[in-house]
Amino acid sequence: MTVELPAERDVSANYVTWSEEAAREVIRALPAQRGPLLPMLQALQETFGYVHPSAVALVANELNLSRADVHGVLTFYADLRSSPPGEMRVQVCRGEACQSVGGHTLAEHAVSSLGVGFAETAGDGSVTLDEVFCLGNCALGPTVRVNGRLHGRVHAAKFDQLLRDGARRERAT
Amino acid sequence: MNIVYVPRDSSARSVGADEVAAAIEQLAASRGDALEVVRNGSRGLMWLEPLVEVMTEQGRVAYGPVTPDDVAGLFEAGFLEGATHELGHGLTEVIPWLAEQDRLTFSRVGVVDPMSLEDYKIHGGLVALQRALTMTPLQICDEVTESGLRGRGGAGFPTGVKWRTVLDAPGTEKFVVCNADEGDSGTFADRMLMEGDPFMLIEAMIIAGIAVGAHEGFVYIRSEYPDAVDAMRAATASAYQAGWLGPRVLGSDVTFDLEIRVGAGAYICGEETAMLESLEGKRGVVRAKPPLPAIEGLFARPTAINNVLSLASVLVVLARGAEFYRDFGVGRSRGTQAFQLAGNVSRGGIVETAFGITLAEMLEKFAGGSASGRPIRAVQVGGPLGAYLAPSQFGLPLDYEAFAQAGAMLGHGGIVVFDDTVDMAAQARFAMEFCAVESCGKCTPCRVGAVRGVEVIDRIIAGEDTAANIALLEDLCELMTDGSLCAMGGLTPQPVRSVLQYFSEDLDRSKGAQL
Repeated sequence: MTVELPAERDVSANYVTWSEEAAREVIRALPAQRGPLLPMLQALQETFGYVHPSAVALVANELNLSRADVHGVLTFYADLRSSPPGEMRVQVCRGEACQSVGGHTLAEHAVSSLGVGFAETAGDGSVTLDEVFCLGNCALGPTVRVNGRLHGRVHAAKFDQLLRDGARRERAT
Repeated sequence: MNIVYVPRDSSARSVGADEVAAAIEQLAASRGDALEVVRNGSRGLMWLEPLVEVMTEQGRVAYGPVTPDDVAGLFEAGFLEGATHELGHGLTEVIPWLAEQDRLTFSRVGVVDPMSLEDYKIHGGLVALQRALTMTPLQICDEVTESGLRGRGGAGFPTGVKWRTVLDAPGTEKFVVCNADEGDSGTFADRMLMEGDPFMLIEAMIIAGIAVGAHEGFVYIRSEYPDAVDAMRAATASAYQAGWLGPRVLGSDVTFDLEIRVGAGAYICGEETAMLESLEGKRGVVRAKPPLPAIEGLFARPTAINNVLSLASVLVVLARGAEFYRDFGVGRSRGTQAFQLAGNVSRGGIVETAFGITLAEMLEKFAGGSASGRPIRAVQVGGPLGAYLAPSQFGLPLDYEAFAQAGAMLGHGGIVVFDDTVDMAAQARFAMEFCAVESCGKCTPCRVGAVRGVEVIDRIIAGEDTAANIALLEDLCELMTDGSLCAMGGLTPQPVRSVLQYFSEDLDRSKGAQL
C-alpha cells in the first residue's frame, strides 16, 4: 500500500479573511487533544495567515485560560504572527552553514532589493521578509524559502529570479 | 516497466528534483517509454542532487546532478538501460563515497519508496519490532544498554539507562516523545530519516513504548521541516490502517498510539524540558532539573525522550543484536553516527560511519575540501553551541570523549566547514547573538549574558580597550557556563571560547585584522 502525500504546498494561497465566526469554526473543527493551546493558535494562523488580536480572548475563553496565558504563547514563538503577512513570504536562512557559503551577502541583498528589514512587511503588503535559523538544507546553501517552497544554492541572481517567479505566481492566482 | 528514482527529499527538491521528475515523466510519455517514477529519499550525496537512479539488471545506476535540460540527452543516451553519460556515476552502491560508509540507520534512506509499507518490510522493516514483541521490557532496556548506544541528540546519555529509569518509575501513565526539533545549523539527518524512511521512526517509537511501559507517543517536529511533517503524518495514518499502531500492534496485546506535533519556530524547544512545555501547549521555557523527565516529564508523567537518530539506532540494535552494534566505534562511543557534512564543502551530505574516524579524514576523504577551493580555516562541529576547530585540531577522532577533552563536542553530528575568508570575530559575535535571539528568558546568565556578550565583542571588534574587554568576555563565558539553567546558555560560550583560544588574531583588530 502506498499513500499519497499532499500536493505542492503554497502557504500564501487562499487565506480566509478574519472573522470571529470563522475562527470559532476553526476551533470547533479541531480534534480534542491534550495541550491544545499551541495547536489551536497554529490552526488559526494556517487559516487566516495570522492570529488576529481578537482571537486572544476567544481562545482564552474556549480553553479556560487567562488572556495573559494566550498572549504569552502567541508572542513566544517566532512562527506566530499578530498581523497579516505579505502576499509573498520570503525567509532567508541565517544559520552558520549558510553563512559559510555567502549567507551574509545574500541576506544583505534580500534586505536591499526588497526594501524591507527582517521581520518586516512592505507597506503595500506585497512581501514579508523573515530570517530563519536553519532550514535543514545545510549542504546546499545558501537557502531561502519563498511562499513555503525551499530553494538551495541561492545567490543574488537566483534570488532575484525567485522573486520574479513568486510575484508572477501571485498575480496569476 | 522501467523504474526511475527521483528523490522527494526536500534538499533534492530545493535544487529542482520536482522539475526533473516532471520532465522525465513528460518525455517518457511523448516517446512512448513505459516507466514509473518512484520518489525516494535522498542517498545523501547532496552535491549530486537531483540524483536520478535507474533500475537495471545490474542494479541501480546513478546520474547527477540532473537538470530538466539534461533529461532529453539522458533519454537519447539510453539511460533507461544504464548507458554511459557525462552525468553518470555507474552503479550507486559502488560509488566510493557511499560504499565506504557504514550505513546502518540510513540503510533504507534513498533506497525505498518512503511511503510504501511493502518496501519497508522487504528492506528489513518490522524485524526489530517483531523481536521486541517476544521480549520483556527489561530485556529490551538491557539489550539497548549492552549495545553502548548513547543519545544522539547531543547529550550522549546512555539510551538503555534512560529507558530503564522510565520503566522503573512508578505510575500507570507514561509517555515516549521523539525529539525531532533538529534546530542546529549544519544538521539534517533527522529530517532525511523522517522524509526518507518514516516507518522506521514509527517502529522505533512502538519499541520504546514497549520498553518503558508507555502506550502513547509524540513526535515533536520543527515547523521548518514541512515535508518531514507531511511524511510522518502520512506514514502514521497508513501504519494505523495496517494495524501497526492502535489497540493491537501487529496482532499482539500491545497498545500504542502515536501523534505528530509541530513546533513553532523556537530553537530552545530542542532542549528536552522546553520541548515538553511546548508539547503541553505552553511557552517553550526550560524547566529546572531535577525532576528528570524520566521521572516527571510530559504532563508530569514519566517520559522517555529520544532523538530521531537514537531511535533509528535502537532498531539496528534489536534487529541485529547488541553485539553487532557495539562492534562499531571506539572507547565509550559505540556504533555509528550519521555525520552531516555541511557548509563550504565540495561533497556535502550524510556520512554514516563508526565513531573514531578523524576530522581530517572526514574533511579530505568525504568532504573533498572546501567548495570554494580555498583552504579550510575553521570547522564548527555540533551545531551553534559547538566549538570552532582550527586546522591544528583536525587530527581529533570523532568520538565523544576526545571532543570533550578538547573543549568541543560532537552534538548531533553536524560538521560545518568554513574557508579562510571567514571572520572568526563575527562568528563569535553570532554565537552570542543567536543565544540572545533564541534564549527562553528563564535564567539571567543566558538572557542577559548573551546580550552583554554581543556588546563586549562589538567593543573588541571596534578596538576599544581590547585586553580588558577580552578578559571581561572570558569572565562572562565562565559565568554563563556555570550559571545557566540549560545547555543553551551553558554551551554558548563554547564556540566563543574556541575563537578566543584558537583564532585570537581575528579579535585583536589593532594588529590589522579586518572585518
